[in-house]
Amino acid sequence: MNLLDILIAVPFIGFTAVMLLPKSNAGAAKMIALVIALAIFVGSLALIGPVAASKGEWQFVTNVNWIQVPGLLPGEGIKYHTGMDGISLWLVLLSTFLTPIAMLISWNSVTDRPKEFFAFLLLLEFGLIGVFVALDLFLFYTFWEICLVPMYFLIGIWGHDRRIYAAVKFFLYTMAGSVLMLAAILYLNFKTGSFDYPVILNLLASGKVPLTHIEQTLLFLAFFLAFAIKVPLFPLHTWLPDAHVEAPTAGSVMLASVMLKMGTYGLVRFCLPLFPNAARQNAGWIVALAIIGIIYGALVALVQPNMKKLVAYSSVSHLGFVVLGVFSFTQMGLDGAVYQMLNHGISTGALFILVGYLYERRHSLEISAYGGVATAAPWLATVFLITTLASIGLPTLNNFIGEFLVLQGAAEVNFQWTVFAAIGVILSACYMLWMYQRTFFGLMPGQTADAGHGHSAGHSHGPAGHSHDPGHDHPHDHGHDHAHGDDHAHDAHSHWHMPDLSLREWVAIVPLLVLMVWMGMGSQSFLPSIGVATARTLEQSKSNIEYQVKIPSAVPQQTAPLTEAASAR
Amino acid sequence: MPVNYIPTGTEYFRFLPEIILTLVATAVMMLEPVIGQRHRSVLPNLSLAGLFAALWAAVVAYSNPGPAFHDMLLIDGFSTFFRVLVIIVGILVVFASGQYLSREKAEAGEYHALLLFSIVGQCILASANELMMVFIGIEISSIASYILAGYLRDDKRNNESAIKYFLLGSFATAFLLYGVAWIYGLTGSTNLTEIRRILNTREIAPSLALVGTSAALMFVGFAFKVSAAPFQVWAPDVYQGAPVPVSAFMSAGPKAAAFAVFLRVYMTAFEPISDRWAPIIWISALLTMIVGNFAAIRQQNIKRMLAYSSIAHAGYVMVAVTCHSSIGTAAAMFYLASYAFMNVGAFAVVTHFARQGEQYLQIDEMAGLAKRQPATAALLTIFLLSLLGVPLTGGFFGKFYVFKAALDAHLVWLTVLGLLNSAVAAFYYLRIIVVMYMHEPGEATESLQPLGPGLKTAIWISALATLILGIFPAHVLNFAGRSADLMMK
Repeated sequence: MNLLDILIAVPFIGFTAVMLLPKSNAGAAKMIALVIALAIFVGSLALIGPVAASKGEWQFVTNVNWIQVPGLLPGEGIKYHTGMDGISLWLVLLSTFLTPIAMLISWNSVTDRPKEFFAFLLLLEFGLIGVFVALDLFLFYTFWEICLVPMYFLIGIWGHDRRIYAAVKFFLYTMAGSVLMLAAILYLNFKTGSFDYPVILNLLASGKVPLTHIEQTLLFLAFFLAFAIKVPLFPLHTWLPDAHVEAPTAGSVMLASVMLKMGTYGLVRFCLPLFPNAARQNAGWIVALAIIGIIYGALVALVQPNMKKLVAYSSVSHLGFVVLGVFSFTQMGLDGAVYQMLNHGISTGALFILVGYLYERRHSLEISAYGGVATAAPWLATVFLITTLASIGLPTLNNFIGEFLVLQGAAEVNFQWTVFAAIGVILSACYMLWMYQRTFFGLMPGQTADAGHGHSAGHSHGPAGHSHDPGHDHPHDHGHDHAHGDDHAHDAHSHWHMPDLSLREWVAIVPLLVLMVWMGMGSQSFLPSIGVATARTLEQSKSNIEYQVKIPSAVPQQTAPLTEAASAR
Repeated sequence: MPVNYIPTGTEYFRFLPEIILTLVATAVMMLEPVIGQRHRSVLPNLSLAGLFAALWAAVVAYSNPGPAFHDMLLIDGFSTFFRVLVIIVGILVVFASGQYLSREKAEAGEYHALLLFSIVGQCILASANELMMVFIGIEISSIASYILAGYLRDDKRNNESAIKYFLLGSFATAFLLYGVAWIYGLTGSTNLTEIRRILNTREIAPSLALVGTSAALMFVGFAFKVSAAPFQVWAPDVYQGAPVPVSAFMSAGPKAAAFAVFLRVYMTAFEPISDRWAPIIWISALLTMIVGNFAAIRQQNIKRMLAYSSIAHAGYVMVAVTCHSSIGTAAAMFYLASYAFMNVGAFAVVTHFARQGEQYLQIDEMAGLAKRQPATAALLTIFLLSLLGVPLTGGFFGKFYVFKAALDAHLVWLTVLGLLNSAVAAFYYLRIIVVMYMHEPGEATESLQPLGPGLKTAIWISALATLILGIFPAHVLNFAGRSADLMMK
């Protein structure tokens, strides 16, 4: 029982405990959940030291039998095998870091069944930590699917208008991809007799279990599809805008910041080392899709009238960089990709939090419902600006490092990739700054040059006073679409109310700001430990190339008798 | 040497569960007029006691496995597995029926007696090693089920359900019997082991076409009993019309027993021609999954949806049958066990929710259940997630193992198509979760009474079993694997 096991167990115990608390005492439930999440975060900090000091071997390894059926499950059966390297480490920390923040930002905004909301966040944390450290494919799949359930409820219960549609779409998309991954896992088990990732890797890389070209390609595609849906890679991204827009703020934060990384993590951890040959052969069109995603996501973000949708499409664009870095097969590209996963987690998480802050004040996600916020809430505007600049990759802030590394890694392979991907960087400045300008500068909506019409103050946490749609009579169902129209109706009578950041909101956002600067200026705190792990991944994704080259030479031998027979005839 | 027709004590010992159940069932019927209205509550308790005694006897009988009554029955791990399973299903159903019967004012002894008789039939099916016993077991089990399906005899839907079940059921049994006659004519035996020996011996093996016809005829009978396509048409109507606890029972107990005998006949007697029947079952498995899953999507009535879902699940078990390997048989056994628990659990929640006269059966009427009765909603969610195949539930591990067995048997396409099917299934199971958690409580939910003790017991046991089978499946799977190995040897 090492520290990592405790960190996996505590969220689950916390989830059960919070669920079992009486409904009447929501305050205590929230507090307990927050304390647990904070304790997990503090505990997870102790993971850094040993992993950073390691030379690339797995740290905090637990390897015990879980389901052992002699004769029915070959080999050692299914094991509870966990461990972490530099890639897992930071993603685990990202999860443990963002969970308490997600709780803080939902503290007042979630009024319907708060106990369950906080419990589901803990369950999500349990699944996420598990996904990033599982070294048994069965265990990985288990955690992978467990993550779906709390997120499904978070979107479906506490989301906005079309939350049910978004939740079901999210679940079905991911499920459809992951069943094929399950088939691939089963097939690998059929070939190698094991579910254990290091064992399978060793068997495949050493050539003890040869995979034919077709097998390797199909297995790669099965894994890749599951991960690509999660990333999401163009054109599999269509679930993402829906899920993001409809999710509550905390759900969007966890979804964008951590859950999308499950996909990219899977690419780095499984797709590359297990099927290096197929990965390299298919890199061409994957990179093409990634670049299309970068530009397409940015262009679509440019025309979004809805802030959350804009940030969602910017995620498609940003994640394209990660995929590009991964499939550049260069040290820098991979380092940049992993670093970009973290950067995107921090800056997009912060963006969603800030959009959530705006939403709590005005109950609209439409950019056109805002304007001149900087005058009313200067601190909010400042924080938003820093985050915006981080997101577009301003030097000294975090995204710059990641994008730079990815672009440089891509340039090593093909300079054209860099040129096209760089267009995405330029476009990101366009859509982010334009949104910032429309939201924070200029005149408030409905305001003429002299008078300040505004919006009712009673809406800070208000129930859906506006929701006239009889089909949606839910207390948390604000309905931003018609809320906007209603806002104008109220504008004539009421005040524009845009308070600046509260203490709780400061507490939630400051750690993210600190990290943006830290990761931008002090990337040496992070990159060395990532580099060790990515170097190993890169090594693994090369190691059986020589072996794989032999495969085609075997093909003529098989066909030789046929040609002989043909010539004899 | 004269044949000794007098059974020995050991043979009675091996047959003890059936004896106990028959005696108790008879006693329940005899007692009912004697004890009068006031002491009616004795009857369910008596049948529970009988079931627990039979459970004990079934477990103990395994301490001395072997044949009984001239190889008519065979008590081995396989039969013990299914005897225990159907008896546990019976216990859960008795727990779940109490409240239902009292609110329908139908607390008669015959309900419990019929239930017990049906379980006797299923126990015989589980241990039959002889086609005549298969037929007798199917008849005992089915006739009791026909009556149970129409138990509320003033109810139109109950009548429809019973008639449909009876007519189609007897038609299917006729096919089965015809197949038995063929194989008897071809081999001169109805003993499964003997048939296998003859088919395996090249010199005396009858023509493959004739054996194949016999296997096909019997397949019709079995496919009907397990509701596999294209013989699944009866299931939705019958499950929808029957009283909810009876639907729960029919979808778990008789189905498991039918699969038990299906497996035994095809894995022993017809094992020598497995490369002939496997392709047919391959098609049937795929069709069953597709029909079940796609039809379930459109259902508004939760009983009917669960009926289609039970067809889809029969399809997954058929995938395991297609493997015709011991690992496939073990997968089928494990799947049926976890399926029994999750399905009885789900039906038990429906029993609770439907209320008098089964007036609330629409899925939409469960709106907001999570707000009024969070525990009930959470338990139903566990069952649904298990049916859907989310990890850490029995349903997932069962599915996982079925498809693992299929891959080991090189059924790559069936695995991929089956797994995609299970993604389709997400759609309709999620809908219930959506309605329970994401809609506001409606009139049906507001007027819901708390769970009664009997239903609560049944639901909690099912939920615990579902989770245990999902998290620690090794013991059950291990037992299934060893007994499958032995049976197929």
